[in-house]
Amino acid sequence: MIEIRIHGRGGQGNVVAAYLLASAAFAEGAHCQAFPSFGAERRGAPVTAFVRIAPGPILARSQVRNPAALIVQDDSLLHIPGTAAGLLKGGGVLVNAPEDAATLSARHGLDILSLPATALALEYLGRPTPNVALLAAFLTVTGLFPLSALSKALGERFSGEVLRRNEKLVARAAEAVPEGAWANRLVLEQPTKEARRAESA
Amino acid sequence: MLKALEGSQALARAVALCRPGVVAAYPITPQTHIVENISKLVADGEMGCELVSVESEFSAASVVLGAAAAGARAYTASSSQGIMLMSEVLYNMAGLRIPAVITCANRSVGAPLNIWNDQADSMAIRDSGCIQLYCADNQEGVDSTIQAFRIAEATELPVMVCVDGFVLTHTLEPIDLPSQTKVDRFLPEFDFARRLDPKAPKSFGTLVDPGWFTEVRHSHHRAMQKALPVIEEIDAAYEKAIGRAAGGLLKTHGPKGAKTAVLALGSVVSTLRQGLNDGLAKTPVKIIQLRCFRPFPTEALIEAVDGVDDLIVLERAFSPGLGGIVGTEVTAALAHLKKRPRIHNFAVGLGGRDVPVELLPELIAATRGTTPEPFRIFDVELDKLPAEDR
Amino acid sequence: MAKTPETAKKAPSKAASKPAKAKTAKAGDAKSGGAKGKSAAPAETPSRKVAAGVGTAPGVDAQALGGELAELRRRQPRFRGLEAGHRACQGCGEALGARLVMEAAGPDVMVANATGCLEVFTTPWPQSAWRVPWIHSLFENAAAVASGMEAALKARGHRTKVMAFGGDGSTFDIGFQALSGMLERTHNVLYVCFDNEAYMNTGIQRSSSTPHAAATTTSPAGSQRMGKRHLKKDLLQIIAAHHVPYAASASVAYAADLRRKVRRAIEIEGPTFLLLHVPCPLGWGHDGAKTIEIARLAVQTGLFPVVELERNELAGVMPIRQPRPVSDYLKLQNRFRHLFGNDHRARQEREHLQALADHNIATYHLLGEEPDPLDTEGADTVRRGGLIA
Repeated sequence: MIEIRIHGRGGQGNVVAAYLLASAAFAEGAHCQAFPSFGAERRGAPVTAFVRIAPGPILARSQVRNPAALIVQDDSLLHIPGTAAGLLKGGGVLVNAPEDAATLSARHGLDILSLPATALALEYLGRPTPNVALLAAFLTVTGLFPLSALSKALGERFSGEVLRRNEKLVARAAEAVPEGAWANRLVLEQPTKEARRAESA
Repeated sequence: MLKALEGSQALARAVALCRPGVVAAYPITPQTHIVENISKLVADGEMGCELVSVESEFSAASVVLGAAAAGARAYTASSSQGIMLMSEVLYNMAGLRIPAVITCANRSVGAPLNIWNDQADSMAIRDSGCIQLYCADNQEGVDSTIQAFRIAEATELPVMVCVDGFVLTHTLEPIDLPSQTKVDRFLPEFDFARRLDPKAPKSFGTLVDPGWFTEVRHSHHRAMQKALPVIEEIDAAYEKAIGRAAGGLLKTHGPKGAKTAVLALGSVVSTLRQGLNDGLAKTPVKIIQLRCFRPFPTEALIEAVDGVDDLIVLERAFSPGLGGIVGTEVTAALAHLKKRPRIHNFAVGLGGRDVPVELLPELIAATRGTTPEPFRIFDVELDKLPAEDR
Repeated sequence: MAKTPETAKKAPSKAASKPAKAKTAKAGDAKSGGAKGKSAAPAETPSRKVAAGVGTAPGVDAQALGGELAELRRRQPRFRGLEAGHRACQGCGEALGARLVMEAAGPDVMVANATGCLEVFTTPWPQSAWRVPWIHSLFENAAAVASGMEAALKARGHRTKVMAFGGDGSTFDIGFQALSGMLERTHNVLYVCFDNEAYMNTGIQRSSSTPHAAATTTSPAGSQRMGKRHLKKDLLQIIAAHHVPYAASASVAYAADLRRKVRRAIEIEGPTFLLLHVPCPLGWGHDGAKTIEIARLAVQTGLFPVVELERNELAGVMPIRQPRPVSDYLKLQNRFRHLFGNDHRARQEREHLQALADHNIATYHLLGEEPDPLDTEGADTVRRGGLIA
């Protein structure tokens, strides 16, 4: 089972990011689970969402404490204690930031890849929501699923012009990160016998 | 066919599949997404019900009561303070024996204000005379919702379907929604024999004096007891029609002969099962999922704990000054048995406190070979409190 | 309006309203109320009936009544949605008001009734004085239950009119929010408030409808108090501010006017409201024989203005030719007895009440210049078709 945590601020589409990533996994035949750690937070407050991806049904409903990767939608969150808490050894952090990865990695002592997702979103969508660009980058660097899975998930949520623009954004964001940089870090194991049994039941 | 859906969205679609005539909508976190989704289905013409956007949960329940009395299949949903505000109507609806379905997106009851999940809300109205079903995941939520209409209409009792707020309502996961054809076949059109009808006028809710009140209460009690087999039959009928059962009155997971069992309600069952599957227990343990809390399935419970030495009752609510609600009821239900398990009773996950997968081994470690201690809140962090409050 | 169904013809007699024996009730005699055999409630088991809390409408076994009575009742032309034989006090204004409302409403209605005297005295289980579908749920939710009933009828394609009944406690106070919601959502419901100006069912406690200076058990007169210190809430204006198509006040003393208003309200597709002034001999402390006289004085003093509002515009008033001094009205009622002591505070409060009445007369232009038939003694006598063919 792969567990991912997404950090953002209210209004950045944090929950949608988690839902899209889970839906993309589902589109590729995996089981998925996505949920927010919702608060009574208003726009701008730190929020967290969780994604689990597994070959079979997922039973755990606890929050993700030991993520294999982090997606951080606002680089200012890296200064908040706890953002990277529990990150598994070798876990990468994909950050929405204008700064380059090396500078950020050195500053925070984490294995960071960065993407100016807000700028890209403004350019392609006209709105400062970094989530889709980050997801495209995440799939590109991890190779977890093809980008078509994300497009499929987007197609379930958006249509028309909005969908078209998002698809362009996906393509653009994918070009902005090193493909396969985190390849083999997140591996979805084959369904276990038990999982298959549970599924067929 | 499985689809990746948010719990609330799936529940809304499940309600739509049941073709209610009237839905009353009022927002409250974490229930809001359900009525929002229903409102959207109505706005898009995918659902043909009368949507009544009321001014309070009290009126939401009252609208449902009036609508069902007038012969319409009726539905509403709420949480927490909303359920508390409804409580007078819920007792009334049950007493009038009016069939309707209410989703409770379980949330704590304040003060202090807390919008997260526990089950204090539905537990607070456990004596209302409504049927209560608790769901471990969103699939059960969908299946129980569809079943609930048939149960309500067969028993002439309101049914509350309890789904953990946020933990289920806001979780996107693969969920199968049965086809409309299948649901139509499973759930016949609502035909309320006692409905308000100018052609056969009846008076509902009359003043019942001491000469009859006891008898009315007795028949309500009997009706609840008689609902037990009905709930099982309808689950079986659902399995036949849809291809999947929702768990009858209760269901057990794990090795049958286990000497240790954990009994729980709602989504915590799912997390406990994960712990079991991951082999965290290190000893044979079975999980007893109490799906039907009202009416209380005493017989099924006795059967489920047969051979169990240690029964850990886990609940997401409690009665201050007493302790566990479910624990107390389970203890009472088993009290007459010659050989009954030692019962350990804990509350856990109050007000949204995360329930980790490691809970299962921790519970087993805390109870192994010990005499049951009095009820306690398992995950309380006493060091946060001033000494006098510990 | 709905045609009169069999209900009105197959009518009960006095005998029918006598307490039914428990045995009859247990047998589930739900055919009463004029149901046709086929559509009548099935022979439910006794326990089901009991559990349901469904009362039996007055029995209508024509054979048991004897042909003569049944025939006489059949000739009675007016449908009585609320049957006689209920348990209201002598001279109860609310009982009279409800009967008049039901007569004007006809049989194709269903009623949501708030908790209160009306509910209690009409439905001591297993009996019911109601010959129309009737439901009582709670004190404060009649408007919401009625909303649900109306939504259900709409969903099921029926056009039966839904009415909601409440006293002033359930309308002005505890059920106010539900009522406001019902009006705002424009449910097709006629809400009738039977205003007897205090919580009478619980034993005369002040409500926000209780007039200024009236004594109740929670606003008693004493050395430091002259009864209720606050004013009667102007509910009708609040209702009208919802821009409902029709909101009116009426009095049991003016039956023809009341009937006309009920018919009018029922014909309107949308939320309508009727504030019906109904004296309570027990609560107001007057002779039960003087209910009509007192109700009439409330109107003729200007203390209870009888008006009609359409979309928040004044559309009609019942004029007063010669306003009577408020003391004529007050002195007949024990609740105002303390206003007649030899005491400057009493005099002040009487003057205050007179000023309130004068204010009503001025605000609503109640002073009639022409004689009005409705304002004439006897013109509004209830002329029943009754036993004379």
